[in-house]
Amino acid sequence: MTEEQPNSETEPGKPEAPAVEPAKDAELAKDTPVQEAPAKVEPVAIAPVPRPEAERDMPLLRIEGVAKKFGNFRAVDHVTLDIRAGEFFALLGPSGCGKTTLLRMLAGFETPDEGRILLNGKDIAPVMPHERPVNMMFQNYALFPHLSVRDNIAFGLKRAGMARTDIKTRVAEMVALVKLEGMEKRKPDQLSGGQRQRVALARSLARRPQVLLLDEPLAALDKKLRESTQAELMELQRRLGMTFIVVTHDQEEAMTMADRIGVMDAGRLEQMASPRDLYETPASRWIAEFVGDINLFEGQVGTSEGGRLAIETRDGGTIYVAEPRNPLTKSVVSVAVRPEKVKLSRRVLAADGTSAKAFNWLEGVITDVSYLGGITTYKVKLDSGAVVRSSMANTTRLLDTYAASQRVVAWFTPDDCLVLEQ
Amino acid sequence: MASRRITRMTRFNITALVLGLAFLYLPIVILVIYSFNASRLVTVWGGWSLRWYYEFFNDRAMLDAAWMSLRVGAVSATIATLLGTLAAVALTRGERFKGRMLFSGMLYAPLVMPEVISGLSLLLLFVGLDAGRGFWTVTIAHTTLTMCFVTVVVQSRLGAIDRSLEEAAMDLGCNPLRAFLSVTLPLIIPSIAAGWMLAFTLSLDDVVIASFTTGPGSATLPIRIYSEVRLGVKPEINAICTMVIALIAVVITVASFASKLSSTQGENAVPL
Repeated sequence: MTEEQPNSETEPGKPEAPAVEPAKDAELAKDTPVQEAPAKVEPVAIAPVPRPEAERDMPLLRIEGVAKKFGNFRAVDHVTLDIRAGEFFALLGPSGCGKTTLLRMLAGFETPDEGRILLNGKDIAPVMPHERPVNMMFQNYALFPHLSVRDNIAFGLKRAGMARTDIKTRVAEMVALVKLEGMEKRKPDQLSGGQRQRVALARSLARRPQVLLLDEPLAALDKKLRESTQAELMELQRRLGMTFIVVTHDQEEAMTMADRIGVMDAGRLEQMASPRDLYETPASRWIAEFVGDINLFEGQVGTSEGGRLAIETRDGGTIYVAEPRNPLTKSVVSVAVRPEKVKLSRRVLAADGTSAKAFNWLEGVITDVSYLGGITTYKVKLDSGAVVRSSMANTTRLLDTYAASQRVVAWFTPDDCLVLEQ
Repeated sequence: MASRRITRMTRFNITALVLGLAFLYLPIVILVIYSFNASRLVTVWGGWSLRWYYEFFNDRAMLDAAWMSLRVGAVSATIATLLGTLAAVALTRGERFKGRMLFSGMLYAPLVMPEVISGLSLLLLFVGLDAGRGFWTVTIAHTTLTMCFVTVVVQSRLGAIDRSLEEAAMDLGCNPLRAFLSVTLPLIIPSIAAGWMLAFTLSLDDVVIASFTTGPGSATLPIRIYSEVRLGVKPEINAICTMVIALIAVVITVASFASKLSSTQGENAVPL
């Protein structure tokens, strides 16, 4: 760490790395809650970019109606999106949905056909990649094979015209940050996959970009390493207060790490929400099916009574749902319910007048049981022929569970249902 | 290279190997041995001697021709390497420009074009332009011949280098030219060196094109040898040929080491 640096004579008594402007140091002390943290954290804290007071409400990055076509293929179709400073934002979508193209436009490797990309209120669409205060971590890491770990990390600093002693300090900080001490002299082909990932991360962080773009940063790591690296990335982002935009096709990864998730499909931004909202109130059937598992029942909108709306479904009979906040505009809708909200029991419980609408009861036969350790998932074939999926946590060790071909009742409350119009 | 299936050195395999190598190299071996012949007659062995080497280094005309060949080889190989590398970059890194297929086709045409046709057409061009034939006409002719070889060598290496390396360099503050110079060039420099050496040796042993495009007083070594041989083979020719063989062997060895170095840094080897 910096304290041990023999060459910290540039700024004696000052643990922070030389910031570009003094304003950043003041900002650092104010905005990052690292004062009480162990001393080793401090040198690597990177100040959020200071911005004039008037622009505080302005998002750090604003993408306005950006579109990009490759030939006849609409890769990105008029995406509008705001990203706040210090946010961990994830772009989630199946492959070919345009998320990487959008990221590459932010980095400057593609130019948008239409729309503007505003960084701190300035349009950066015509700015060349090397002139943007944005750095990218590439999916395959793109480490320079002919350079050592140290030179890879120092590469961007040299180009920025930093003084040699400052570069040395910064590289040492970065190496410590990603825990690669002792590896500085190695070449990329002498590193493991996880170590390469760290070098790539350190290299892209070294210039202290305003926004760090990460293209599938964890895709090449195995599961265990991916999980620990996820946690490290989040920790790093919080500590540095930097804005991260990560592109991923892995919804679990996006849900774990991001403050907000933008879901893309066929070049369009379908929904932008917190992980919880994305899962619990998906905007469309497509998103409901893309993010997690879902049971869908199509039906006609029926009568409303006491805050309960009846939907006449073909597969599940009448399903009572909580009255949606916004009035429905269509008469044919889908009722969506997540499998973990569907419980099973052996028979219909007490059925007086009020509880008829307090629960939805669907009778059927279990056709499939998958024991997954923490949970067990069941497939229940209803009398109508439709299949309802239920997953229940195995909260006790010895309690008997339901078996295949057993007759059961699948039930869920109206509040657990969601009405989707599209 | 070695096929997996040949695991044992059977008698048949050894015989085939010896016969094959003999067919390829016996004439050269004989030439080398006879270059040390003391006798004036080419076919009669008169004991070991360095006489003909000594003779060569006192033969002004031969030395001039050798010097000419080396200069033509070095200059044409350098120009060919420069242009060939640029062409390789355009083909692998450039946008899908219109006429890309035509460009690469035209680039590789000299590879399969009979040398007589290339030589004749260049001769017609130089005569038409009224260019005095000599060092520069041969150099230009050899550049056109060898450029495509450099392109092939460099292009295969460039194609194996991940495009995102240059993007990463740009992302870290390099303009496109700087990104090429600081990241791509160090990775392909062994291939460029291999391409240069290939071009140099090709230029060194070319007779056909040189004979069309050279002028009086600027004969290259192969042309000089050819014209001498027409009057009868002197043992001195053997000595010269031995030295040329030695030179080419060294250059090719260095070139293949260079391309091996290049391939250990990356994934794919350069076909040489």
